[in-house]
Amino acid sequence: MPGLEDLYREIILDHYRNPRNRGELPIPPAYAETGFNPLCGDEITLYLQLDGDCVDDIKLTGQGCSISQSSASMMSTAVKGKSLAEARATIRKFKAMMSIHEQRLDGAEDGSEDDSGDAEDEVEVSLGDLEALQGVVKFPVRIKCATLSWNTLVQALDHLSSVQP
Amino acid sequence: MAIDPVLIKKDFPILDRLVHGKRLVYLDSASSSQKPTAVIEAMSQYYETTHANVHRGVYTIAEEATRLFEAGRASVARFIGASSTSEVVFTKNVTEAINLVAYSWGRSNLNAGDVVVLTEMEHHSNLVPWLALKAERGIELRYLPVTDDGLLDLSNLDEILDGAKLVGVTAVSNVLGTINPIRLIADAAHAAGAMVLVDGAQLAPHLPTDVKALGADFFGLTGHKMLGPTGIGALWARAELLDAMPPFLGGGEMIRDVRLDGFTPNDIPWKFEAGTPPIAEAVGLSAAVDYLTAIGLPAVRDHERELTAYALTTLRDRYPDLVIHGPLDASLRGGVISFNYKDVHPHDLSQVLDESGVCVRAGHHCAKPLMRRLGVGATARASFSVYNDGADVDALVDALATADRLFA
Repeated sequence: MPGLEDLYREIILDHYRNPRNRGELPIPPAYAETGFNPLCGDEITLYLQLDGDCVDDIKLTGQGCSISQSSASMMSTAVKGKSLAEARATIRKFKAMMSIHEQRLDGAEDGSEDDSGDAEDEVEVSLGDLEALQGVVKFPVRIKCATLSWNTLVQALDHLSSVQP
Repeated sequence: MAIDPVLIKKDFPILDRLVHGKRLVYLDSASSSQKPTAVIEAMSQYYETTHANVHRGVYTIAEEATRLFEAGRASVARFIGASSTSEVVFTKNVTEAINLVAYSWGRSNLNAGDVVVLTEMEHHSNLVPWLALKAERGIELRYLPVTDDGLLDLSNLDEILDGAKLVGVTAVSNVLGTINPIRLIADAAHAAGAMVLVDGAQLAPHLPTDVKALGADFFGLTGHKMLGPTGIGALWARAELLDAMPPFLGGGEMIRDVRLDGFTPNDIPWKFEAGTPPIAEAVGLSAAVDYLTAIGLPAVRDHERELTAYALTTLRDRYPDLVIHGPLDASLRGGVISFNYKDVHPHDLSQVLDESGVCVRAGHHCAKPLMRRLGVGATARASFSVYNDGADVDALVDALATADRLFA
């Protein structure tokens, strides 16, 4: 049975206690998207400001558990200043890490994380600190906590790509 | 007679299991209670010896199954002080009971501008059906507010009730534990010409319940919160109300006659029981009611009140920073304690407590408007039943120290 130390790694607790990129951005030029976790009532608002093809700035407000907050904090540092392609690749890689559990149920190979079908466009990204969240997959109920901010980022990116030519 | 939790615990087989190598300390009975051997055996015996569809066959086991199913209805009727078994409609749970009232009674009695009064501490199941009716036909919803002490603010009761057609209120809050003055509210509602719907999910398992003494017109209960199985609950309503209401769901069982150009509904209560009902579950619920009745609801209440008082005192002594929501006087509340600890998120609290085998609920408890009123996104909630004792409270209090170490 997985223990608490699998879940609450020191780097996670650090991002929880000292969240990065906390706050708001003026709208416009930034765009805000709110995500909900209906399971626990957590809400997160993500402010995203693009500069052409680049994530110029990102900030987050809201409340949540150590997993959702640290995941949001690490996500913000991972995508800030990156190109949209890199941000999308990071999202895909992170989500693949979160769904390792389900893939194993399906009998798929570990590490077959890319199911996006557009591998030729894929840019190389590293998850870095985010790897610390790998333990979350042993606690399936908490996967939704870890992915809340990521799903909110996807919604924001999708919205912005739909309104921009 | 006082409850001996050591003896009671032996009646609940699940309490023998270990979690993370620790004794299971189950403190989430407000969400769903555990089941005594009497309930589990009644249901398996029914399946092993008696099962057949009810109200259909003329063969022996079909008659026996029908008799057991209807005996379950009679047990529930006696348990809540109903005048007749025809006033007890089996539903899935309180959620379905309230939806039945909203769809059947609500759609034949409420029109644009009609007022339904609810409270800020309602479970979503007593909010969403009425919000849907508001969206559908423009009824007006008013809310009795909650005071800072976690009580219903009745200071403007008459004003809020003015012109109301229905008052929907929970007897015991599933978050705050607050025991609401239902009779007082019902008398005022009736004086204003309104019907009274009582959500009894957290009342029936824990306090003596008498629907007539409460002054209710509609009353819902859920089996799985009162030591019975999931999948069964009941709506009680006065017979003349049920008689006048149109059917809720259509199908088998609920009809007297079906022609290709129309149908005639069955008598109450079967008019509201479309399809094959939860038969084994009715047998299990009956066993649960018998189990609770044998202990005696006054004894259950005394036990849980003492346990709640002990928990309130111990938690506050050991953790002065712990915020407990709701009244701090155990005589005003059921065995439900919602709390927040420093900035530790309830999800993290619950996760840490699980490591010690302690099960508490974390989240909004299907009461998001109340969470907003309390100014929190979520709470942790410990709740008690007959099988809990002081050692369970001590386990909770000790396990919270781990949260302190990790997060605070």
